[in-house]
Amino acid sequence: MKRITTPLTEETVAGLRAGDQVLITGTIYVARDAAHKRLAALLEEGKELPFDPRGQIIYYMGPSPARPGRVVGAAGPTTSGRIDPYTPALLRAGLKGMIGKGNRSPEVRRAIQEYRAVYFAAIGGAGALISRSITASEVVAYPELGAEALLRMQVEDFPAIVVNDIYGGDAYEEGKRTYRIEE
Amino acid sequence: MREIAAETVAETVARLCMEANYDLGEDVEGALRAALEREESEVGRGILRQILENAAIARQEKIPICQDCGLAVVFLELGQEVHIVGGDLYEAVNEGVRRGYREGYLRKSVVRQPFSARQNTGDNTPAVIHTRIVPGEHLRITVAPKGGGSENMSRLAMLTPAAGRQGIVNFVLRTVDEAGANPCPPIILGVGIGGSFERVAYLAKYALLRPLGTPNPDPELADLERELLERVNRLGIGPQGFGGRITALAVHVEAEPCHIASLPAAVNIQCHAARHKEAVL
Repeated sequence: MKRITTPLTEETVAGLRAGDQVLITGTIYVARDAAHKRLAALLEEGKELPFDPRGQIIYYMGPSPARPGRVVGAAGPTTSGRIDPYTPALLRAGLKGMIGKGNRSPEVRRAIQEYRAVYFAAIGGAGALISRSITASEVVAYPELGAEALLRMQVEDFPAIVVNDIYGGDAYEEGKRTYRIEE
Repeated sequence: MREIAAETVAETVARLCMEANYDLGEDVEGALRAALEREESEVGRGILRQILENAAIARQEKIPICQDCGLAVVFLELGQEVHIVGGDLYEAVNEGVRRGYREGYLRKSVVRQPFSARQNTGDNTPAVIHTRIVPGEHLRITVAPKGGGSENMSRLAMLTPAAGRQGIVNFVLRTVDEAGANPCPPIILGVGIGGSFERVAYLAKYALLRPLGTPNPDPELADLERELLERVNRLGIGPQGFGGRITALAVHVEAEPCHIASLPAAVNIQCHAARHKEAVL
């Protein structure tokens, strides 16, 4: 288990390999497809984003409402593939990490290598457990999107697994190859 | 004739929405424990342990098992001797969803104008309601919140009769293989066969309500379930797609007669957070 902190440095990213299990501590940003659509439109128009993406991690997630006195409700990852169309532009703008679940498109995997970033997966459907790693949450932009607003969160020992690294490694492909029984 | 108040329906639906989201069924938890015994991948076992821990936290602290608290799919089995009084039955179901999702701190995940504005309805309504009129004087309500990630990977095929059993097996395997890590494996497969275009999708969803590990009473279908489960688990996708022996916990098949020209088949993929609760009024 590797402990890493945000923002991600070139060195941290270079030290991560597909299949590595990590614990992430620091600030992360949270956005789903609806917020990404707006971020991508801003980049397209050459405008400033509501946060500086350089070295940051975006977590693909839309939490359930927090009970009174709680930081957040359930907070597990959503399917990353829906964000793929917006991802290369964010990586070009300096984003270094993404947390979600499921396969990325060939374009995103190429962009991860080109811009030297990393794609992590968190456990889908473990939203109650994951919420324990989140110590603070605030809305940064798009509150009108409700559960799909852009958030900033503080995380402590947030568990994730590296899926795609800068070397072209893919933990899903490697895992499936190891256990597949061809007929 | 027996009277049931619409308000009773609303209260019941509200309670079931919350229970379904906090309290994973014993059958699913049992299947996850059995999977932990059989999984060879160390990463996979770690993931299964965390999924079980998640279920315990959700139940204890009344936090949803998953932040995707689902589209509320509601099955009604309405006895023909029942008379609903004091309101509209479907409005009562939607009122129950509204209350359950608000009072239970559940995420509202429904948007109107699906291909344009996509504006959140704010209360997780409308529910998708399937009604069956049956003999008797009871109303059975099953609330089955369904997440978007696994629903998106579900598929329907109008196969030709010549495709036969092999065609169905190939279609199911292709669907699961293409889904990969996206639907949050270990998954449960509801497979519908026969009926018509719209009926086969319903059958696939209905198949998911059966307690895990209970085979179809028809020996031919039970045999198909066994073959499908074994072959799906040879795909190697494993827990959360990181490789392993356990890609699916169960396969449930439901079949009905169909047209002489057709062989409809549908696969409804369900993530490991297989949530459904029922009550009989």
